[in-house]
Amino acid sequence: MNSAAISPGTIETPWSLPYKGQVGMFCLIVAESTIFVIFVVAYLFYIGKSLSGPTPREILEIPIFATVCLLSSSITIHTAVRALGKANFGTFRLLWFVTLVLGAIFLIATGFEWRHLIVDRNFTIATNLFGTTYYSLVGLHASHVTVGLVGLLTVLLLALFGKVRLEHYPQVDTFALYWHFVDAVWVVVFTVVYIIGR
Amino acid sequence: MSSESIALAGVPERSQPLSAVLYSWVTTVDHKRLGILYILLAVFFLVIGGIEATIMRIQLIVPHNHFVSPEFFNQMFTMHGTTMIFFVAMPLLFGFGNYLIPLMIGARDMAFPRLNAFSFWLAAFGGLLLYFSFVGGYGLYGAGSAPDVGWFAYAPLTAKVFSLGHSTDFWTLGLLVSGFGSIGTAINFVATIICLRCPGMTLGKMPLLPWLNLVMAWLVLLTISPLTAAQFMLCLDRFLGGHFFDTQAGGSAVLWMHFFWIFGHPEVYVLIIPAFAFISEIVPVFSRKPIFGYPVMVGATVAIAFVSMTVWAHHMFAVGMSAYGNTFFAMTTMIISVPTGIKIFNWLGTLWGGKLIFKTPMLFAIAFLFQFLCAGLTGIMLSAVPFNWQLTGSYFVVAHFHYVIVGGILFAAFGAFYYWFPKMSGRLYSEALGKLHFWLFFIGFHLTFDFMHIPGVLGMPRRIYTYEPGRGWDVWNLIVTIGVFFQGIAVVIFVANLLYSVFEGKLAGNDPWDAWTLEWSVPSPPPEHNFARIPEVRSRRPLWDIKHPEDPDWKYE
Repeated sequence: MNSAAISPGTIETPWSLPYKGQVGMFCLIVAESTIFVIFVVAYLFYIGKSLSGPTPREILEIPIFATVCLLSSSITIHTAVRALGKANFGTFRLLWFVTLVLGAIFLIATGFEWRHLIVDRNFTIATNLFGTTYYSLVGLHASHVTVGLVGLLTVLLLALFGKVRLEHYPQVDTFALYWHFVDAVWVVVFTVVYIIGR
Repeated sequence: MSSESIALAGVPERSQPLSAVLYSWVTTVDHKRLGILYILLAVFFLVIGGIEATIMRIQLIVPHNHFVSPEFFNQMFTMHGTTMIFFVAMPLLFGFGNYLIPLMIGARDMAFPRLNAFSFWLAAFGGLLLYFSFVGGYGLYGAGSAPDVGWFAYAPLTAKVFSLGHSTDFWTLGLLVSGFGSIGTAINFVATIICLRCPGMTLGKMPLLPWLNLVMAWLVLLTISPLTAAQFMLCLDRFLGGHFFDTQAGGSAVLWMHFFWIFGHPEVYVLIIPAFAFISEIVPVFSRKPIFGYPVMVGATVAIAFVSMTVWAHHMFAVGMSAYGNTFFAMTTMIISVPTGIKIFNWLGTLWGGKLIFKTPMLFAIAFLFQFLCAGLTGIMLSAVPFNWQLTGSYFVVAHFHYVIVGGILFAAFGAFYYWFPKMSGRLYSEALGKLHFWLFFIGFHLTFDFMHIPGVLGMPRRIYTYEPGRGWDVWNLIVTIGVFFQGIAVVIFVANLLYSVFEGKLAGNDPWDAWTLEWSVPSPPPEHNFARIPEVRSRRPLWDIKHPEDPDWKYE
C-alpha cells in the first residue's frame, strides 16, 4: 500500500498548526507552575507554625529595588523581542543586554539578602520551619532566575556574533515566554513571602 | 514501498559490527527506536519487579516462614512497588506512546527528538540510581541496603534519624531524575500531538490512542510535578537539615501524605488512560466495527482527568480528616466511576453486533474489560468511608490496586504487545504461544488476586513479613502464591515468544490485522522517516477510506 494514496481528495481548508516551541514551553510552564504551587502551599501552611524564632517580621526586609528590576526586565525583554521581529538588531541587542543586567541585579540582591541573613543574623534553612520554607521557595525561584540568566547570556553572545537573525524570532520569542514566567512567579513569591508571610 | 524494501533495509544493519549497532541505538533520536528502548527497559524491570514479588510471596506461602528476613522483606515491597510504577508501567506506556503517536498522526518524528532521547536516558538513569542502592546505599543493616520505607515513603520513616545511610536518598533521587524524564516526555507528547498532525487530521478525526495520550501527557504535567516538588523537599530535609516533614520541629507528616497522593492518585489515571487507549484501538479492529461513541469516549477521558485531580485524599481516610473532607473525597471518588463506566459501555457497544476475532490481543482486551470492571467495583467499595476505615492497610486494598494495575494496565499492555508486535518487528508472533501465555496468565492472575481479597477481609494487614497460623489466612496465602508461579511461567512464555518471533516469525506485511489507522499504511518495521510522503486524511479511519473507496467514512463523519 502506498502512503501517497492515503488522500482520496484534497483538504479544502489551509492546514496550519501552532508552533511546537510555544506549545512545548507552555507545557513546561504548566509543569513548573505546579512545582511552585506545591512549594507555595507548603509555605502558606507553615506560616506561624515554627516552634522557635526568628519570625519573618523580625528579619525580613522587603526587596523593593530588586523587585522593580526584575519586573521591569519583563518590559525590556518584550520590547527586545518586538525589535527583533522588526529586524532592528541594534535595539534588540541593547534591550536584551539591559534585561540580562536587570536579572543579574535581582540575583545579586537576593545573594546579599541571603548573606545578610546567614552571616549577620545566623538564620539558615535548618533554623526553623520558616527558614526551611523561606530558603526553599525563594531559592527555587532564584534557581529559575539563574537558568534564565544562562539562557539570556547565550542568546546575547549569539547576538553579538551576529548569529541571531530574523528567522530566529520564534525561538527567541519562546524563550521570552520563560522569562515572563519567572517574573510572574516572583509576583506570587513576593506576595506570599514578604506580604502575607510577614 | 512493499514488504520487499523491508528485507533490503534489514540487510546492511545485520552486516554492521556489533559496536556500530550499539552505538546507533545509544545515540538514536528516532522515536521508534526510543519507543523500543523504553519498552525493553520496562520489560527488564518487569522481570526484576516480578522476582521481588515472587520473593515476597514465597515468604508468605506458609505462616512463620524464614525464607527472607523482615528487613529484606521491607526492602522487597518498597522496591517492588517503586519499580513497577516508575520503571515498568511508566516506561512501557511512554514506549508505546513514543512509537505509535507519530505514526498514527502521520508525522515523521516527535516534536523534540533530542528531548525525547534525553528523557529516555533520564528514566534509565533513575532506575539505575534506585537499584544502585543495593550496593551503594549503606544503611542500618550493613553494607548495601535498598530503600525500605514503602513505595509511598511516609514521613517520618524517611527522616534522617529513622533512615540512616543513603537508601532513602537513592529512592528519592531515582524518582526525581526519572520524574524529570517523565515531564520531558509529556511535553514532547503534547507538542507532537498539537503541532505535528498530518493535513486533515483535526482533533475530531484523530485516532483515540493519540487523543488519550494527549490527556495522559497533560495529566503527567500536572501530577508528576507535585511529586518532584515533594522529593525536592525531602532532599532538603535529608541533606540540608530542613524541617518540612520533621514533626519534632513543627513540620507535618500529613503534608507529605497530601503531596504524595496529589501525585499518587492521578498517577493511576496516568497509567490507565494509555491502557484505555490500547483497548480503544484493539477492540474495534477485532470487532470489525468503528469505535462506538468516539466523542463520548474523548469527553469521558477528559472528565476522568479532571476528576482524578480531586480524589487523592481517599488514600487518607484513616488519617483523621474532618467529616466534610471525608465526604468530599468519597463523593469525588464515586463520581469518577461515572465516566469510567461510560467507557466500559462504549467498548461493549463496539463489541455488540461485531464480528469478533479472538486473536491474542483481543483475548487480553476482553479480559481487561471484565477485570477492570471488577477492580472499579472494589474501588467504589473502598470509597465508602466506613468500609475504608475497616479495610484500609489490609490485603483487600492490595488486591484492589493489583486488580487495576495487573488486571487492567498489564493485560492491556500485553494486548498492545501482541497487536503492535508485527508492526515493530516486521514479523508475526506465534498465536499458539500467545494464547498459552494468555490462559496461563489469566489463571495465575485470578488465583493470585481474586483470593487475595479474602485474607484482607479477614484482617490480614499489608506489608507484614509473616503471620500467625490459625487465623484463617493460611490457605488463601497458599493459593495466592501458587498463582504467582502461573504468572511467572506465562511471562517466560511471553518473552520466549517475542524473542523467537523476532528472528523466526513469519513476515507480517504492512497490515496483518486489516486495520484502519495510519501506522498500518507503512512497511513493518517502518522506515526511519515513517512516511515517504506526509499523508492527508479525511476521516478517523483513513485506511478504510482507501480500502473502500466506494463507501468511505468521511461521507458519514
